[in-house]
Amino acid sequence: MAVKYADGVVLGADSRTSTGTYVANRASDKITPICENVWMCRSGSAADTQNVAAYVSRLAQEHAVSVSSAGADADEGIKCDVKLVANITQKIAYQNKDRLQAGMIIAGYDRKLGPQVYGIPLGGAMMENPFTVGGSGSAYIYGWCDDTFRENMSKEEAQAWVKRAISLAIARDASSGGVIRLVTIDATGVSRQMIQPIEQPLCDEELPAVKRS
Amino acid sequence: MSGIGSGYDLSTTTYSPDGRVFQVEYAGKAVDAGGLTVGVKCVDGVVIACEKLVPSKLHKPGTNRRTRAVARHAGVGGSGYTPDLAAVADRARAECANYKSFYGDAIPGKVLAERMAHYYHLFTLYWSVRPFGCSTLLGCKDFDGYHLYLVEQNGECAKMRGACIGKGKNAAKTEVEKLKLNEITCAEAVKELARIVYATHDVKDKEFECEMSWVCDASDGEFVRVPEDIAEPAREAARVAAQGDAMES
Repeated sequence: MAVKYADGVVLGADSRTSTGTYVANRASDKITPICENVWMCRSGSAADTQNVAAYVSRLAQEHAVSVSSAGADADEGIKCDVKLVANITQKIAYQNKDRLQAGMIIAGYDRKLGPQVYGIPLGGAMMENPFTVGGSGSAYIYGWCDDTFRENMSKEEAQAWVKRAISLAIARDASSGGVIRLVTIDATGVSRQMIQPIEQPLCDEELPAVKRS
Repeated sequence: MSGIGSGYDLSTTTYSPDGRVFQVEYAGKAVDAGGLTVGVKCVDGVVIACEKLVPSKLHKPGTNRRTRAVARHAGVGGSGYTPDLAAVADRARAECANYKSFYGDAIPGKVLAERMAHYYHLFTLYWSVRPFGCSTLLGCKDFDGYHLYLVEQNGECAKMRGACIGKGKNAAKTEVEKLKLNEITCAEAVKELARIVYATHDVKDKEFECEMSWVCDASDGEFVRVPEDIAEPAREAARVAAQGDAMES
């Protein structure tokens, strides 16, 4: 999921990747950088979304370098317009809709339009939203998100909101679990957080996680 | 040891011994033979003016335009072989539409100019095609303001503050260099460009029309022809000034 707050965006995801009922990876990273200031949340087929992300990343960075007069600066990192990245992703998702199993969220910050969140679900549509949820656990938290979302939250409020939403999804959804990963992007840059199960809020009177020695 | 008649000028795929590609240079001559095109970038936009030579009195005024919009925010004007100009403008339109559909935003001036230059260049590489006999000035508005680009028949591309191509370009260039491009507005530039087009017009060529288009704040960032109530007084003043000069000399 991803949410816009007053001066940035927060992307969040659980860390479960499964093949059927088997948890193939309990600590996967489903939030992928496209360029310095635009990141993608991936859901659906890991293979499909990893490769779409790679394509989008190449196309977006190629474009950014050809537009900038200075060329690529190794220290600065390549920056793109969020809308442009979302558009490329949408194009690929739609043109290959009968081959792909890919639900993606593009979020980031650029100087032109500020913080932006774009949802690109299964069929290859694209919508800009103040927040977007996707993936198997999302069905369980739509209501909670609609109910509790507020515009222009502070950075800390937005991070806490995403954390809470994902922990709710993890509590109900068998295909979600593990750690919660957060990526926060604003004008000053990008920061990452990881919340282990022991630190996650308890939901619905579930048993607390056992602290391991 | 090289030059006309030496056989090195028959194809773009052969260099002359001193490293020139004559076919491309000949295309440049076609550009120089076409009516003048002048473009300037001012504080609030870009103006492009063409000296459109009218071969016959039977031509309806205002037809056969030499400045063309290629997108809402961009347009080209050029000198040389006019059917080639139309082909280049068509390609520019396709590039604008293609960029918009893929990236979801209007094409930036630099990208459009480079893509047009690339298209020009392709036609200098193969024996089976002929280089374009026209050069273009590109006026454009994008996220960081207004831009004027010169895209030439050989595939060169440069960002300009002012540029002249076609017949009498050198005389026009000295006039453009006198303008204070950092200070004047498009409304003022229209008068100056009309003056330059009329002043540099060669009386041996009979009829001509002074065609002007701009992309500026006054046109809401759209590439359009300069409205008649601004263009016509500028042309009239230029006509009078040019006649005065002719009387004196």
